[in-house]
Amino acid sequence: MLAQEPLTILIAEDSAADRLLLSTIVRRQGHEVLTAANGAEAVDLFRRQQPDLVLMDALMPVMDGFEAARQIKALAGEMLVPIIFLTSLTESEALARCLEAGGDDFLAKPYNQVILAAKIKAMDRLRRLQATVLQQRDLIAKHHDYLLNEQRVAKAVFDKVAHSGCLSAPNIRYLQSPYALFNGDLLLAAYTPAGDMHVLLGDFTGHGLPAAVGAMPLAEVFYGMTAKGYGLAETLREMNAKLKRILPVDMFCCATLLCLSFQRRSVEVWNGGMPDGYLHRIATGERVPLAARHLPLGVLSAQAFDDRTEVHPMAVGDRVFLLSDGVIDTSDASDQLFGVERLQQVFAANREPDRLFEDIEQALRDFRGEARDDVSMVEVSLLEPAQVKPSAPVYSDSGQSCPLDWSVSFEFRGATLKRFNPLPYLLQLLLEVHGLRAQSGALYSVLAELYSNALEHGVLGLDSSLKRDAAGFARYYQQRNDRLEALQDGFVRVHLQVQPQGEGGRLVIRVEDSGKGFDVARVMERPLDGVRLSGRGVSLIRQLGRNASWSDEGRSARVEFSWGVEA
Amino acid sequence: MTDTHIDRETLSVLREVMEEGYPELLDTFLTDSESRLGELQKTSDAKVLSEVAHSFKGSASNMGAVRLAALCQELESDAKDKSPAEIVKLVAEISGEFAEVRPVYESEKHPAHTH
Repeated sequence: MLAQEPLTILIAEDSAADRLLLSTIVRRQGHEVLTAANGAEAVDLFRRQQPDLVLMDALMPVMDGFEAARQIKALAGEMLVPIIFLTSLTESEALARCLEAGGDDFLAKPYNQVILAAKIKAMDRLRRLQATVLQQRDLIAKHHDYLLNEQRVAKAVFDKVAHSGCLSAPNIRYLQSPYALFNGDLLLAAYTPAGDMHVLLGDFTGHGLPAAVGAMPLAEVFYGMTAKGYGLAETLREMNAKLKRILPVDMFCCATLLCLSFQRRSVEVWNGGMPDGYLHRIATGERVPLAARHLPLGVLSAQAFDDRTEVHPMAVGDRVFLLSDGVIDTSDASDQLFGVERLQQVFAANREPDRLFEDIEQALRDFRGEARDDVSMVEVSLLEPAQVKPSAPVYSDSGQSCPLDWSVSFEFRGATLKRFNPLPYLLQLLLEVHGLRAQSGALYSVLAELYSNALEHGVLGLDSSLKRDAAGFARYYQQRNDRLEALQDGFVRVHLQVQPQGEGGRLVIRVEDSGKGFDVARVMERPLDGVRLSGRGVSLIRQLGRNASWSDEGRSARVEFSWGVEA
Repeated sequence: MTDTHIDRETLSVLREVMEEGYPELLDTFLTDSESRLGELQKTSDAKVLSEVAHSFKGSASNMGAVRLAALCQELESDAKDKSPAEIVKLVAEISGEFAEVRPVYESEKHPAHTH
């Protein structure tokens, strides 16, 4: 008789004849019937048996249908239990009361079984619809919780990796939404063994987990290579190659990578596809744009990738400011972009450099009315070297195999000098000697300085006095790139000698080059604490190493490191 | 018996719907109606009169007792405005109408009844 699943239907009706008639009709339509003679009985039956639908007389003794309907609706909660009022009420006010009490429909006396069947069917459809909506809502909520939980776990794991760096260093200020990672924004910072600071602000294409997956390998390369003493060029090449290998073609990472050198008072910059960063010279108020000169990481093949960087001199207190495109691409109600000009107006209006972030945020709010959650900003300032306290590296080996009596010599020739940085290998080798670990920073700084002196002033014949002023500084690094590119001959030799000495030991480093040498006596006359941009290398070496000396007209440098009883 | 009192069409639908339960329905209606009549005759409270008349009207209309339903409807809607004398008169009319239709329902209880 019907293509409908049988329902359990509660009939609440005080008139025995009507109750008998209605239950017979409903039962013949294939449903289970529960009967109640008043409202109180109906509520009680509902509580015990949870019927699917209720046919409710309005006027009944003990508890009327209105009150019973209210209680049943409350008991049903979110589930839709349709209530059809049985009534010969004719006044519209009384009919309205039925609906107010939670009734969903009416059935007038005398009963018509065709209409009753149609109404039960229609109400059953509504009931199922509501059940489906609830089920899907719960499912969506479950998926949402699941997703949030995944993001929490991913974030927790990632925070461990990301915060292994030095974002909490006193010269770094940054602003990122807690879930910036899932907007593809990435901020990393770490000290190099020489005490320089590498900072990366990256922005992966896309949103959500897909945007976050590339962050892990990128962070690993960044931290791993920075800790081992690799420079920006090698680190960039490795990051690019890794992302190119693992990311799908439509995914890449815009990034700005900085190397802030407190010793040399300079910043080295590579910008691939990020908005202009700014070097803020506090003395003049000038803001030097650090523009994108490269394609993002993960786009070009290893052969085509360009790792050329720019170097700018800095004074103590100068700041480098980087930002994500969330700042300048913030759009207002009429889809107008915030843009670089407005950003520069904020710069111009900024009175307190320490409140720059707040000023920018305020400007964004004024512009848009609400802040985007993918705004990342970071500001790094140059400190006096003495104010920088790189964290000590952690070594996990036992020390049983510490080598104490050996020597080794390397000769790096033209083609190798062009593209290979031997310093990380040399440092790794030397740090096998436990006594040297405590002074790894100084060791690396001296090695790096000796090597770059040999390469730049020796092999490439660059004049360090060029670096006297900012313009010359840029010219110096331009010449360095050009001459390195054209380099055919020449060599840098590195001799390392480790000997035991009493309870401790001694390392002698000698670095020779194929260049013209320099006037050693004149350079040595300079005071040790000179802060000019040029010639600082020699001064640094003399401060950090023992018995620094130059021979062979400056072509051969020699420095010692000693240590006592090991801790 | 003419159709001003009972809708014969309703009765035949009821017989078809109830099948073997039809006599029980008729008995229930008659018993129920007697107790409602008793209630109407016992009280002069307009609210009680109106409520009982409402229920009586509902089952009378379901059973095809159209004139009985109409009289109950009158009592339900006018109980509060009528004088005690008018109410007594109306209740007496309802009682008379029930007495009128009762034999029809009694005779309906027997099978193979034809019109």
